[in-house]
Amino acid sequence: MFHIYCPYCEEHREEEEFHPRGQAHLQRPADPENCSDKEWGDYLFFRDNPRGIHHELWVHSVGCRKFFNITRHTANYEILETYKMGERPSITAETLAADERQSGVQAASGGWQTVGARPEDEALNTEARA
Amino acid sequence: MTQIHRSNRGGRIDRSRELSFTFNGKRYTGYAGDTLASALLANGVDIVNRSFKYSRPRGIVAAGPEEPNAVVQLGASEAAQVPNVRATQQALYEGLVARSTNGWPNVQRDMMGMIGKLGGSFMPPGFYYKTFMAPASMWMTYEKYIRKGAGLGRSPLESDPDIYDHINQHCDVLIIGGGAAGLAAARIAADSGARVMLCDEQEELGGSLLDSRETLDGLPAPEWVSQVVTELAGRENVELLPRTTANGYHDHNFVTLHERRTEHLRDTAPAVNRRPQARSRLHRVRARHVILATGTHERPLVYGNNDVPGNLVAGAVSTYIRRFGVVPGHKLVLSVSNDHAYRTALDWHESGREVVAIVDARATSQGELAEQARALGIRIINQSAVIEAKGSDRVTAARIARVDLDAFCVLGHEETLSCDTIASSGGYSPVIHLSSHTGTRPVWRDDVLGFVPGDVKGMTSVGGVHGVFALKAVLEHATEGTRRALEAIGFDGASSAPRLPDVAERREAPACALFQVPHVKSAMRAPKQFVDLQNDVTAAGIELATREGFESIEHVKRYTALGFGTDQGKLGNINGMAIAARCLKRSIPEVGTTVFRPNYTPVTFGAIVGRHCRDLFDPERYTALHAWHVEHGAEFEDVGQWKRPWYFPQVRAGAVSGERESMAEAVARECLAVREKVGILDASTLGKIDIQGPDAREFLGRVYTNKWAKLAPGRVRYGLMCKDDGMLMDDGTTSCLAENHFLMTTTTGGAAGVMEWLELWHQTEWPELEVYFTSVTDHWATMTVTGPQARKLMSEVTDIDLSPDQFKFMDWREGNVAGIPARVFRISFTGELAYEINVQANYAMPVWKALFEKGDKYGLTPYGTETMHVLRAEKGLIIVGQDTDGSVTPEDLGMQWAVGYDKPFSWIGKRALTRPDTARTDRKQFVGLKPRDPKVVLEEGAQIVFDPEQSIPMTMVGHVTSSYYSPNLGHGFALAVIKGGRDRLGQTVYLPMKDGVVHEAEIVSPVFIDPKGERQNV
Repeated sequence: MFHIYCPYCEEHREEEEFHPRGQAHLQRPADPENCSDKEWGDYLFFRDNPRGIHHELWVHSVGCRKFFNITRHTANYEILETYKMGERPSITAETLAADERQSGVQAASGGWQTVGARPEDEALNTEARA
Repeated sequence: MTQIHRSNRGGRIDRSRELSFTFNGKRYTGYAGDTLASALLANGVDIVNRSFKYSRPRGIVAAGPEEPNAVVQLGASEAAQVPNVRATQQALYEGLVARSTNGWPNVQRDMMGMIGKLGGSFMPPGFYYKTFMAPASMWMTYEKYIRKGAGLGRSPLESDPDIYDHINQHCDVLIIGGGAAGLAAARIAADSGARVMLCDEQEELGGSLLDSRETLDGLPAPEWVSQVVTELAGRENVELLPRTTANGYHDHNFVTLHERRTEHLRDTAPAVNRRPQARSRLHRVRARHVILATGTHERPLVYGNNDVPGNLVAGAVSTYIRRFGVVPGHKLVLSVSNDHAYRTALDWHESGREVVAIVDARATSQGELAEQARALGIRIINQSAVIEAKGSDRVTAARIARVDLDAFCVLGHEETLSCDTIASSGGYSPVIHLSSHTGTRPVWRDDVLGFVPGDVKGMTSVGGVHGVFALKAVLEHATEGTRRALEAIGFDGASSAPRLPDVAERREAPACALFQVPHVKSAMRAPKQFVDLQNDVTAAGIELATREGFESIEHVKRYTALGFGTDQGKLGNINGMAIAARCLKRSIPEVGTTVFRPNYTPVTFGAIVGRHCRDLFDPERYTALHAWHVEHGAEFEDVGQWKRPWYFPQVRAGAVSGERESMAEAVARECLAVREKVGILDASTLGKIDIQGPDAREFLGRVYTNKWAKLAPGRVRYGLMCKDDGMLMDDGTTSCLAENHFLMTTTTGGAAGVMEWLELWHQTEWPELEVYFTSVTDHWATMTVTGPQARKLMSEVTDIDLSPDQFKFMDWREGNVAGIPARVFRISFTGELAYEINVQANYAMPVWKALFEKGDKYGLTPYGTETMHVLRAEKGLIIVGQDTDGSVTPEDLGMQWAVGYDKPFSWIGKRALTRPDTARTDRKQFVGLKPRDPKVVLEEGAQIVFDPEQSIPMTMVGHVTSSYYSPNLGHGFALAVIKGGRDRLGQTVYLPMKDGVVHEAEIVSPVFIDPKGERQNV
């Protein structure tokens, strides 16, 4: 069971007080009427499934009712950071990789989250594999 | 029966307190301080169970949680039955009743054992899969008998009389294990001022020190333990929890501790001052730091017939001798791979019984303990091992031979030593189960010949579990590891470090790697060499699995059942992996280890459930009018957590003995009352959200499909709420209370979800909108007065002007009802003239009663949710979640009238309505169904086909969503979704049922009564 720091309440609370709401930083297309079906479908249906760093939206549902973001490692469940709505994460898969390059220690994180998400999208998969 | 194996002195038992108990119906006596296992051994009970697969006789082999055989069924009464209790962990109490879980007609003469003897060689791993899987349809039949034969205990048939508690705890340092390492850790942690919890699964703290031959500060180890425990017990910042097993190590240092408070006293919890006390507690501990001091389990060696009663783990023999004053035999052969196990021969010898020989697999024995044994004249045979035990119900002899460990073969020099007990030690496996629960892979260490815990954030492993075995080193390691952990969480570890006790340093020769002992025959032909006694897994079985192509240790485990179930591989895992590694010609770390999972030892359901059972299983929510409903005989329906009146059965007219109406009769009466006179419904459970702010109106326009820009104060509008995929998620009315103030209603079940949904969009997408949401569901009680006589009744209780031109359909007004301030909404879910009266919940009852006082003459009838359903369905009004399922758009429902296609903001769900899939014309559409046979009420969920002659699988084109008998129409009717249904009005569809009957129905409009809405708009 997670122990989650609510950035609004400014204290650790038990997971039972929270609801997960999926991937964070989803961008609703600014002009839905003028985006293609594919763009709208991507927004609606496609999500990352990384082994490693994942930014997630959670809500302190039986606490302050505020939504906020969690940066979590999906393999060891470590919560690296929580931050308020509208803020950007200070820890990402990229910053972690850079730290590892510097320290010479490699963590077991994956950088292949979008591969296979859309099997028909060859270009995207090739790019991610590269 | 006398306690034939009880020695005259020694042990931590109270010989002045005799306790009697029964095992398999037979009466025995033991002493206070015994475990059930030590008492059975004292009484010379060799066979405690029959094995799982081969039904071989089994005896006690260990003294702790790793015991694989002595798993018993406990309890004197039916309600007190507890399965899966390890006799080695069960304290003896007066009147204890235990049974073997296996063996028919009893463990001494077992039917299955005969079959096992005959069929043993015909039951390889995968036997059940291979033999009984075909034909697949017969597996259910086989399974019943196989499971009965396996006999792994049973659950009680009566309700548990006991109560159980959950306790949430926080601490700075949680120390798991109260042996030498745990006590050393607790001493320094206590001195630092940190909040410390120390738990240990045994009856008393001390761990292996309780049967140790060592002295600390000149005191025998057990005396030092009691000194330290007394000292710790006096500290305010320390909580000591004996009889408490850390069963699961979860995310972020969340550890569940199972504290058994009364299991050592009786099979049900005795009352204290006539008050029931909790039988056990589950501590849910969030620790800043965990000190893992779980020690080791000694590994037995794997040799032929190593399961015959009388084969024990060496350390367990010492435990029984030194802690319980029980010497479980007369003549001992000890087979070892290390120095430490020599202590068992010394303990046995000191008890005045014969040590026939120590068989040591190493070329020489030069350690301190070996020298002591030699000095006592005990025969030591080097470079040899016990290769096979002789005997059937009890060991009669040990067959020993010289072995070559590298070549894995027997070199001859065979000898058969007469004995009744064989103790073996293949080394010590760190108890890494808890650290493995976190998902961290353990690390193999060649110097330890075992896996040690991998790195876990916020955890330090100390002592035996970390591969540190010698007592002096353990104390140092635990103190130093804890000191560093304390400093990491901000406590001063250095200045408070207590003086370590004086402990002798023992000279020990290194151990050798011995797991399976070679036999003169191959593993496949040798007598069975058991690896996992609980699951009857043999070395030959593992060898066969690898030959059949199972190379991953996880697959070997599942194929052979190694380390399954309540055992979790405590004794057998390392041996099994070593054998797999040998067969696959790999090293043990290359083969790897399987994952240990919670729980470490079985936890009763009672402890897991705690107080969350019976009335407290799930909260029940009552409306303010609940007492009235109960008084008036309502039957209730669960809607979410709410208890809602379902229908109000009345005493049948003219009934002699007062029988009440059936549900159908009650619903028919209630339905007619609403359509012909006036009815009343408690609608308080509807979700209500108060929405305020200058941007409230704009916000509503974005979350609802329809328009809100022009809704004036005093007006009400029905709204549809979609997700961004265009599918309906909730519906309800929203009233404009003032220019910047609205009251939204939601479905009863959707209230919390809609509230979170509104917050989600406000907080994440449109934080610039100034709008505030407050749940007011519980603050207001809602009473729906509906029917042709509703206005007349209302006029008697309210000062609100009810004239049709002043208070129109879809208006709301503020005023007094029965003298109570109220909001009255003219909205209708029945299709009749209706007023929904909202008053503060605390005033609901007098208003409700006042309505009945005036309502009698109009035939005012209370109705429940079933009548509400019939009435709304007659009007084709949907229930979200019943007529919709998350794949239905407003257009599918034919509710284009509630969709604002031209609203300026692209509201939630709009864009999706033009996606190719949502724009299809052959989507399932919402229609009515009229069965051809008026007596038929279609089954809800029934599948619909166009062509009843089509062969199976038929093309299913939709299903029934709601179906009732309508007393107003005089026939059954249904709502359904059917592909392209709206273009098929008048056509016939078919509903093939499970019993072969095919119903016919006509597709009709979903509005069955008053399609123009004249009745509600009078």
